[in-house]
Amino acid sequence: MEYSKDFLQNLYTTMIRIRVFEKKAEELFLQGKLPGFIHLYIGEEAIATGAMANLKNDDYITSTHRGHGHMIAKGADINKMMAELYGKETGYCKGKGGSMHIADLSIGVLGANGEVAGGLPIAAGAGMAIKLQKKDDVVIAFFGDGASNRGAFHEALNWCSIYKLPVIFLNENNQFASTERVQETTSVANIADRAIGYNIPGVSIDGNDVIAVYETVKAAVERARSGGGSTLIEAKTYRIKGHFVGDPTLYRPKQEVEEHWANEPIGLFENRLKEMGMLSEEEKKEIWNAAHKEVEGAVKFAESSPYPAPEEALTDLFVDDAGYDY
Amino acid sequence: MREITFSEALGEAMYEEMSKDPTIFTYGEDIAKQGGIFGAYKSLLGKFPDKVIDTPISEEVIFGSALGAALAGMRPVAEFHFADFLFTGMTAVANQIMKFRYMTGGQAKLHLILRGPDGISKSAAAQHSESIETIFMHVPGIKVIIPSTPYDMKGLFKTALTSDDPVICFEHKMLYGIKGPVPEEEYYIPFGEADIKKDGKDVTIVSTSRMVHESLKAAKNLEKEGIDAEVIDLRTLVPWDREKVLESVKKTHHLVVAHETWKRGGWGAEVASVVQEKDFDYLDAPILRVGAHNVHIPFSAVLQDFVVPDHKDVEKAVKSVVGGV
Repeated sequence: MEYSKDFLQNLYTTMIRIRVFEKKAEELFLQGKLPGFIHLYIGEEAIATGAMANLKNDDYITSTHRGHGHMIAKGADINKMMAELYGKETGYCKGKGGSMHIADLSIGVLGANGEVAGGLPIAAGAGMAIKLQKKDDVVIAFFGDGASNRGAFHEALNWCSIYKLPVIFLNENNQFASTERVQETTSVANIADRAIGYNIPGVSIDGNDVIAVYETVKAAVERARSGGGSTLIEAKTYRIKGHFVGDPTLYRPKQEVEEHWANEPIGLFENRLKEMGMLSEEEKKEIWNAAHKEVEGAVKFAESSPYPAPEEALTDLFVDDAGYDY
Repeated sequence: MREITFSEALGEAMYEEMSKDPTIFTYGEDIAKQGGIFGAYKSLLGKFPDKVIDTPISEEVIFGSALGAALAGMRPVAEFHFADFLFTGMTAVANQIMKFRYMTGGQAKLHLILRGPDGISKSAAAQHSESIETIFMHVPGIKVIIPSTPYDMKGLFKTALTSDDPVICFEHKMLYGIKGPVPEEEYYIPFGEADIKKDGKDVTIVSTSRMVHESLKAAKNLEKEGIDAEVIDLRTLVPWDREKVLESVKKTHHLVVAHETWKRGGWGAEVASVVQEKDFDYLDAPILRVGAHNVHIPFSAVLQDFVVPDHKDVEKAVKSVVGGV
């Protein structure tokens, strides 16, 4: 397929914005500035970027605990993201959620999720709502290789298949469920092979190839929008970083990680763009500089934002808020 | 006033609100063609065929999809089939539905309902008989309604269908067939308003669901012995009507709490605890709780009768509390 320079550079820019945000989150966490857990999307940027390039604002996604990349690619405000990582009042969840629970309903992000496969039933429900409202929106449910071994995966795929719901199941197979290798925990070599059990198309692709992701998701989205139902896509990638920042990664040799750095998606795409004459050294510099500036701005915003008042902890449980006395 | 059954009351509430609000739909196992395993949806049969949906036996998605559907603009009413099977899909309820609004800093209006039967019936045994409403009072994040009469069922459910918070509704299996007065005109019962089912001056009995009827039976029998019991039906557990209970205890100076769920750690312990914190000086005797023994619901009728409380247990507790009155 032929793509415009703008389109390709937009993909590149999104990947860079995710990478820079994640590198900063890692650095801040290691400096002790961020509480909780941080799960980095470094090395997986092509999947969120390629997938989301097919979505409009009203389309939905359900994300995972490794969700910063999904948020950024769907159009989230990185100031509010960073402030949430700090636990500040100006964060997406006003400091009540943190990294694993960021949501932005105004752009269709139905939540990151601290529970593996937790988003899949939610995606099925959004799919039902779309169908009942006779809309042409779609849902992309992101989930990892570990999630494909949970019961919710089975229930959700069967459910979306029988009702022909506009839900695309986008598996990010990064080879590891926490410390455990996918080969040791999963009965099939390709998670996409499981699609046959649900009578829906299943396809395995190189998740580090942003164009392959874009094109595969495009076909699935078109199919879903036109009433054709679900697709299972397995985007194979590699989790270059640990499960969380600070993970001692005793379960794999360092050399293996170094080998995968050679195949990380941004470098691959950059080379391709240069070969195509779609990215000059100057343009590249500009894109990286703009991303750094944007992320530095987000850090400044977060650090200068106030913490929530302690008693704010008693709000937001219910719409008619009467706090803990319920 | 006309009389209708408890399940007809539920059906009417659904029918009236579905006629007004096109975003309401309902789904679960055995509801569309069968009207529910206990006939709770019989009066909906043939109406709204696209919005009353039979589903696979997939509890985690039945519950979790309610969250997704609510976030995407619908007002789902998901049936849990038997309260026992809430545990089957419990993570979608406790980790997703009940936490979502809070975790996301109040971004979402979660207009969704989980509803279905709970409690004992005729020898349904341990996996089809439980009353587990206390769990949803203990863990924050869902409103709990647990009606005892057709009137309350309809009014509370209509409120649930117009609420912007998640609601779970427990309908006792032995109540679906009971009849009671329900006006023709529409009405709504707000959450957190207990109903005094019988006035009295000597002792307060706080109860819900089937045990309200057992408590009323007990009150009638106690009358013959000169004890005038007040029976309060909480109707909702989240929120629950502290004021009405505290007021009543100030008047009667005695309290018995009666529920079908287990006595140990049951919601009666919470009520008792709040009353002794706030009304200690008004109490003339210790508060007693009536609840199931701390075992599962057994199959054989003689065993079930032994484990689960009835009016005789309430009478015994009241007499013990009131003593010489």
